[in-house]
Amino acid sequence: MACRNFVAYPIPATAVIPLLLAAVFFLPSYGFAVDYGDAFVTGSISDARTLLPILASDTASSSICSMLFNGLIKYDKDLNLTGDLAERWEIEEGGKVIVFHLRKNVFWHDGAPFSAGDVEFTYRSLIDPRVKTPYSGDFERIESLQAIDAHTVRVVYKEPFAPALSSWGMPIIPKHLLEGEDLNTTDFQRHPVGTGPFRFGKWLTQQKIELIYNPEYFEGRPCLDRYISRVIADTSTMFLELKVQGLDSAGLTPLQYTRQTDGLFFRKHYQKFRLPSFTYIYLAYNLKNPKFSDLRVRQALNLAVDKDELVAIVLLGLGEPSCGPFVSQSWAYNPEVKPAPFDPQQALSLLREAGWTDSDSDGWLDKKGEVFEFSIVTNQGNEERIRCAEIIQRRLKNIGIRVKIKVVEWSVFLSEFINNRNFETVLLGWSLPREPDNYDIWHSSKTKEGEFNFGGYANPEVDELLERARRTFDEKERAASYHRINEIIYHDQPYMFLYVPDSLSALHKRFREVKPADAGIGYNFIEWWVPENEQRYKTRIELEP
Amino acid sequence: MRSYLLRRLLGIIPMLFGITLISFAVIRLAPGEPVSMESSLNPRVSPEVRQRLIQIYGLDKPLHVQYGRWIARIIRLDFGRSFSDSRPVIDKILERLPLTVAINALSLFIILLFGIPLGISCALREGSAFDKMMTVLVFIGFAVPSFWIALLLMNLFGISLGWLPISGIVSLDYEYMSFFQRCVDLARHLVLPVFVLSLGGLAGITRYMRSSMLEALSQPYIYAARAKGLPERAVVYKHGLRNAVLPIVTILGLSIPGLLGGSVIFESIFSIPGIGRLFYEAVMMRDYPLIMAEVVLVAVLTMLGNLLADIGYALVDPRIRYSQR
Repeated sequence: MACRNFVAYPIPATAVIPLLLAAVFFLPSYGFAVDYGDAFVTGSISDARTLLPILASDTASSSICSMLFNGLIKYDKDLNLTGDLAERWEIEEGGKVIVFHLRKNVFWHDGAPFSAGDVEFTYRSLIDPRVKTPYSGDFERIESLQAIDAHTVRVVYKEPFAPALSSWGMPIIPKHLLEGEDLNTTDFQRHPVGTGPFRFGKWLTQQKIELIYNPEYFEGRPCLDRYISRVIADTSTMFLELKVQGLDSAGLTPLQYTRQTDGLFFRKHYQKFRLPSFTYIYLAYNLKNPKFSDLRVRQALNLAVDKDELVAIVLLGLGEPSCGPFVSQSWAYNPEVKPAPFDPQQALSLLREAGWTDSDSDGWLDKKGEVFEFSIVTNQGNEERIRCAEIIQRRLKNIGIRVKIKVVEWSVFLSEFINNRNFETVLLGWSLPREPDNYDIWHSSKTKEGEFNFGGYANPEVDELLERARRTFDEKERAASYHRINEIIYHDQPYMFLYVPDSLSALHKRFREVKPADAGIGYNFIEWWVPENEQRYKTRIELEP
Repeated sequence: MRSYLLRRLLGIIPMLFGITLISFAVIRLAPGEPVSMESSLNPRVSPEVRQRLIQIYGLDKPLHVQYGRWIARIIRLDFGRSFSDSRPVIDKILERLPLTVAINALSLFIILLFGIPLGISCALREGSAFDKMMTVLVFIGFAVPSFWIALLLMNLFGISLGWLPISGIVSLDYEYMSFFQRCVDLARHLVLPVFVLSLGGLAGITRYMRSSMLEALSQPYIYAARAKGLPERAVVYKHGLRNAVLPIVTILGLSIPGLLGGSVIFESIFSIPGIGRLFYEAVMMRDYPLIMAEVVLVAVLTMLGNLLADIGYALVDPRIRYSQR
């Protein structure tokens, strides 16, 4: 679930556990003996809100749900779509129809068989206007959904929609337990029953959620007995817990990664991972503002800010400059697009062309008596962004542009600045789904209040490409559209693209079979195991099958 | 005494009404709107969904209608459901309350246990090196930020010495322990939080006790007691202390609502599932039903605390008792 949403996250990416963001599983193939047992203990800065996956919109809930439930499809370790509860699927009538063939012999944790009726029920719940799900959008494009037999589902779309397939990563919920219940308030939210590799064990609010292995899991039982997620609200405490091995995995800040995790103890017990993330940080211009509607001005600002410097200072080098709305692991990313160099002289000459000069020699650029100044608004609670804004402020001061920084609380930030477009520039981040469709962010029709093209970007060619990509099912052809979009958007500079941070984490060394791939390290979590003599949590959990 | 009590109790009602009205207005006039932190600004969540949620929560109605509805429910003691997870607000509060109250009560007990004797000894040795040193020490305890001292102690006792656990209130395998092991486990987890919490409160009580004792000891009846040749113990503890303890009773009464309060920073650092974080998060997310429930809770308790303090006063001071009759 976490992998299918864009999220403009208010907290630093390192505060969530990056390893489980890529919560996709992979078929185990035990060619050798493994030991069962032990527990995996991870930390989360906030507690889950609900374990009913169609309502879960926060990272904490989604990562737990991904252990308990399955979608029809999932992403494999190379980020290709593969079957999960669906064994295979066919795309018919040029993309208007998808037929899913479901796995047989899959059972809910309570023993009831999984069938097409559950898929139908999940769909009906998603489009029910009374249900407080944030995910109805993708499913409202469906004209009809029909269970042909117990293991075949035929979905007919109103029109071909390429991102539709990935939307079926939505976890399927059990009809036999939820039919007739009020989903908004059902007790199922705190006592979920899924089809996933782990069964629900226990939830102590704001303390921990404990999951127990599912001996009947259709891909084979997970080697670890328990999955425990502890709530540790403070990132310094989380780091201290690592130092006493109270956590097996935690996200690290760049400072922790480079300076605080090289001691003997740390190297003995933990391995560190540095993987590119599906996130980018940007400065969005309000293109309705006459200052920024001039392309030359936006290009000049881009030339005047040194992105390498941002990476070096804010991320201590753990990231890379960003050049467009995709990240380099995605097939939509265009490797031909290179970040513009840092060139203040060129920036000044572009600004001169646009009419901005220092006519009264006071050190600040002006045009028709107006000094070039603007504000950067960003949200409270994210030090990285504030530091970024400060560095941009200094670089722009060097070429004579005055920048003010406003840091506001997230709720106010959304209601007073973003939703009513009351800003000059905002500094934010997008966390990207694996599915590259970003129509909602760049299409010129998405500029109404509450929609996500809040800068007001409009380019007919991009509009057309976005629409075409949505209708194209062939990945190569689709990629061509996105490559062109990447190129145009970087040229148009509706955002100043800043950087893609690396996702940094530590993982206890006792886990075997951990193999980093494009999807991160969590994709084969059910294969992870610990040799018996290294196991730390010896309480044996015996379940009757 | 009885009519006095009744009057005081009845006085609470209009006061409570006023408090809720003002709080409702303030929280709703403040900028910002309900957000569930991560689902807002998520392009997969369409504006139509947002509109729908606003309707489900009844936030599209005029403010006075919303307030009316809220009051109507409160009278039936229905605090509504939280916006963030649709659970009854009262459940969310009640599951956090016992721990918060326990930790606060424990630390209040420790504060009194050490604060009162310290205050007395300082008063008896006014101006001495001991008095000055204690003054400096308790103020240091009061002035250092609790998160800082907490981190230092966690580092020392949790990591360097390895004597105590760092965070949480029980170990991961708590459910599998015997009763005795559980008690030990709980106690080990509580040592640092309770200590840190007490450290900050010690200064206040010590200083109050000291000045109140000094004042009592300078009263004419103390001279009289000394003049009639009573032993110093009796002078100090019987005649002095009884009178000096009066203001402390007021403070105790006032600290009753404090028992329910929690500090966000303190709870976050120690990963304690207390009430402070619940309300901090509610405010950040504009979870109106939860915020209002908290306001009512604190208001009621503050007023009850005041009432209890007054009753306590009447009990320890006969002058008040008799004049009320």
